[in-house]
Amino acid sequence: MAIGQTFLGLLESSPRHGYELKRLYDERFGQSRPLHYGQVYSTLARLLRGGLVEVDGVEPGAGPERKRYAITTAGVTDVERWLAQPEKPDTYLQNTLYTKVVLGLLTGRDAADILDIQRTEHLRVMRELTRRKADGDLADHLICDFALFHLEADLRWLELTAARLDQLAATLRIPAPRLDRSTP
Amino acid sequence: MTNTPGPDDRPLLSAVDLHKTYGTTSALDGASLHVRAGEIVAVMGSSGSGKSTLLHCMAGIVRADAGQVRYRDRDLTTMSDAERSALRRSDFGFVFQFGQLVPELTCLENVALPLRLGGVRRREAERRAAEWLGRLEVTDVSGQRPGEVSGGQGQRVAVARALVTAPRVVFADEPTGALDSLNGEQVMRLLTEAARHTGAAVVLVTHEARVAAYADREVVVRDGRTRETVLAQR
Repeated sequence: MAIGQTFLGLLESSPRHGYELKRLYDERFGQSRPLHYGQVYSTLARLLRGGLVEVDGVEPGAGPERKRYAITTAGVTDVERWLAQPEKPDTYLQNTLYTKVVLGLLTGRDAADILDIQRTEHLRVMRELTRRKADGDLADHLICDFALFHLEADLRWLELTAARLDQLAATLRIPAPRLDRSTP
Repeated sequence: MTNTPGPDDRPLLSAVDLHKTYGTTSALDGASLHVRAGEIVAVMGSSGSGKSTLLHCMAGIVRADAGQVRYRDRDLTTMSDAERSALRRSDFGFVFQFGQLVPELTCLENVALPLRLGGVRRREAERRAAEWLGRLEVTDVSGQRPGEVSGGQGQRVAVARALVTAPRVVFADEPTGALDSLNGEQVMRLLTEAARHTGAAVVLVTHEARVAAYADREVVVRDGRTRETVLAQR
C-alpha cells in the first residue's frame, strides 16, 4: 500500500494532523494492519521534503507541538498521477507454487498433495473472509471481496495445474507411473 | 481435515464407497462423504468429476450401483422408489442451478407447494410460504409468476421452497451457477443463514470457491472419488 499517496488523498479535502491521518487510514484502509506512529511521521517528513505537503499550522499542546499538514499543488499532481497509474499485477504466489510443484515432481513427491494442501489453506482463508463479510459493513465487504476474487483466481490455477500434472511431469522427463493418482 | 466421523459424532447422512456408471462412463468410483446434522459441506470438483452424481445418490434421486447411503438409521440403497420419494418430500429440500419453479403458479404458490403435497391446508401453507418469502427478502414477488421475476429473485424463491418444510438436509446443486456475483452472494448468504437458523444440514455442490467458502468445510471430488478416499487408500 502506498501510504504517502494515501495520506495525500486524505489531505485533499482538508488539512489534518498526523494522528488524525493515522486514525482515518486505519479506519478505512488499515483493517488488520494499523499504522505505527513512526510510519506516520516518517511518511509525513518525506512528503514535506518532497514539497508534496506543507505545514499549515502548529498548535502548542501539553506534549510535543502538533503540526497540521496541508497538501500542495505538487501533492495533488502526485495523487492524480498515482491514481491514473495501473498497479503491477502480483504474481509472486503463482511463481512460488509453480516452483513447489516442479520440485515435488523432481524429488518424487506427490505434487497433487502440494496442490491439495494449498487449496485447503486457500479455502480456510476464504471462509474467514466470508465470515468477516457477514459481520462487516460495506467497506469490509469490498475489501474482503477483493481478496476473495484473488484467492479464487489462485484456486483456478491450482485446479488447472492439478489436471496438467502428468503433462508437466512428461516435460520434466519424470516416469508417468509415479503420478498415477488411482494407484493404491 | 478428516471426513471420517468419530464414535460420538455420528453423521446424519453418509455415503460409503459409492460406485455409479452411466453406460461405459464411470461417474462415481468409490466416493464417500459423511454429513453431520446442521453442517454445511461444499462438494467441489470440475465439470464431469462426479460431484452432482454424488449429490443425486445421497439425495435418493439416483440409485448407486454399489456402496451404501445411510440417512439416520435408514439405508437408502435398499429402499423402494416410493419410500425414497416419501423421504425426499418429508426430510430433504432441493435447490438446483435453475430454480425449477412451476411456471404456472405464483411464487407464493410455488413455495407453498411442498407443504400442500404434504397435506397442509392451503391457508396455513400460504401463511408459512409468505413467512419464508419474507425471510428470503422477496415478499414483493409473492403474486408474480417465475417468468416475471429476475434470476436472483427466482433463486431466492427456490431457496424458500426448499426450506419451507423444515428439512433436515438441503441439497443445493450449483445454486448460484446461473447468477451474477452480487445475486449469487445474496442467495448464498440467505441460504446459509436460513439453514443455520433452522439447523438443516446443507450439501452444497459447486465448482466456485467463493460459493464453497460459505460452507463449514469442503470435500473435493476428482475422477469419481472424494479426495479423502484417495488419501485413505494410499
